[in-house]
Amino acid sequence: MNAALLIIFGTILAAAVIGITAGRRVKMDLENWTVGGRRFGAVLIWLLMAGEAYTTFTFLGASGWAYAKGAPTYYILIYGTLAYTVSFFILPPLWRIGKRLGLQTQPDFFAATYGSRGLGIFVAAVGVICILPYLQLQLAGLGFIVEIASGGAISARTAIVLAFLVTCAFVYASGIRGSARVSILKDVMMIAAVGIAGFGIPAAHFGGIGKMIRTLLARSPGHLTFPGAVPSMDVLWVMSTVLVTGLGFYMWPHLFGSTFSARSEKVIKRNAIVMPLYQLPIVLVVMVGFTAFLVLPGLKNPDTSFLALVRATYPSWFLGFVGAAGAVTAMVPASILVLFASTLLAKNVYQAGFRPGASEESVMRLSRTMVVVIAAAALVLALYFPNALVNLLLIGYDGVSQFFPGVALGLFWTRVTKTGVACGLGTGIVVAAFLVFGKYDPFLGMNAGFVALAMNAAVTVAVSLATKSHIRVQLRIRPESRPAVQR
Amino acid sequence: MNDLGKGTKRALLLGAVPFLMLVFALPFVNCVEPLVLGLPFVLFWILLWVALTPVVLFLAFKVEKKYNPPEDEEPR
Repeated sequence: MNAALLIIFGTILAAAVIGITAGRRVKMDLENWTVGGRRFGAVLIWLLMAGEAYTTFTFLGASGWAYAKGAPTYYILIYGTLAYTVSFFILPPLWRIGKRLGLQTQPDFFAATYGSRGLGIFVAAVGVICILPYLQLQLAGLGFIVEIASGGAISARTAIVLAFLVTCAFVYASGIRGSARVSILKDVMMIAAVGIAGFGIPAAHFGGIGKMIRTLLARSPGHLTFPGAVPSMDVLWVMSTVLVTGLGFYMWPHLFGSTFSARSEKVIKRNAIVMPLYQLPIVLVVMVGFTAFLVLPGLKNPDTSFLALVRATYPSWFLGFVGAAGAVTAMVPASILVLFASTLLAKNVYQAGFRPGASEESVMRLSRTMVVVIAAAALVLALYFPNALVNLLLIGYDGVSQFFPGVALGLFWTRVTKTGVACGLGTGIVVAAFLVFGKYDPFLGMNAGFVALAMNAAVTVAVSLATKSHIRVQLRIRPESRPAVQR
Repeated sequence: MNDLGKGTKRALLLGAVPFLMLVFALPFVNCVEPLVLGLPFVLFWILLWVALTPVVLFLAFKVEKKYNPPEDEEPR
């Protein structure tokens, strides 16, 4: 067995051990499994949030876009930064309400804020539907990375099935603690891989990033400013895309739910402050994509540009290391996606919709069963319906972004009503689906999800003003007006 | 929005800065020249504001804390 294979298998094994033992000393009830007993301090929250934010897309998508599309890939640097800025303001009040009312998931929030079980069930269903392609994307990306990194010795299918088993095992055993712990391994490996390749590859081929850029400018001057190589992705597209993805980021059910694992709101605020720095290494991935554009023209699949260049530049064991890093980079977000999709189905669809009297133990048991069901569904999708990486993500984003008005207005505006949010959400989803599936994206130069979000917000506000607000829980955002009761 | 504290309002103004610089300023910085640190200007601009956003948010944190009574840390 060669060094690359050893590194890949060793890493997956290490992830399994770390993940499965992470929850050993904790009594696993739903509160511990889903939100870590609300005890995560600054370090674990950072690991968790960074673990979720950096996906296989970082490796493959950012370099693939830099290669094929050019400047539009910059949007990836921007939207994360905007998302953390939004999170600085939105997550602390959200955490406070979660603590007070014992919320664990996003549908919990909608159901409690708007006093509507139906709205909660609807939000849960939309969330699961958006999570599935995102999860499939992680699995497909993983298979693809490992196959290339192992030089074809491990087939994509084998890698996907193996990683799926490991991920299921640690989610089942440890819940969110497993994901946070495995994230340590993932972050160290990923930063090392990106740092070495990002500086090393342009240096090896051109003698540095600056020289590489100058060569690129001489050869293809339009590649580095908007719209790059894709005329429909001009400045307006970038602006609307970063707005919808930046606002939509924490609307992903798993990112939203992770907020509740924090020990205090201060932990969340501090995390929001430092997280943008973690976006900066992505520019190194972009540089690798640009180098590939010059060195390896005509790649059939642009998403392979990062790995192809690593293979052309470094010994095979380093390619194995990058592959292993890519594998855990897919497994951590996949685990959290599976975890939240399962809880959404068990708690917010089954219990809320069909068995309001179900005990917490039975919901917990069902959640664990759902882990296997959801992961199997994503596995089938990844094995039999593989698709282009980034496009899927954008469609999922369009969907979850539509939660934003309901969340933001629910936290900050006392006039918003259940009917308003339901109408807005419905409008947003219908418009997004119509534009994306009808091939009207970009629409008038703007991202379809943004158009949908704008209409959603307008409908939410208009209908809220026209209807009466009644059983809504009165939410206070200032700490001093918080009632002094224990949960 | 009436129950927003003064600190929160000022913090929100600071929070608008990354949006101004990273979204609404884009049409005006979409150029290659001048190269800064070897990077096209638009890319340099984006990286600059990504790196400055933590500073802006830290200021927002301070402003909020100054005007709003500090919330108690969760007892362990």
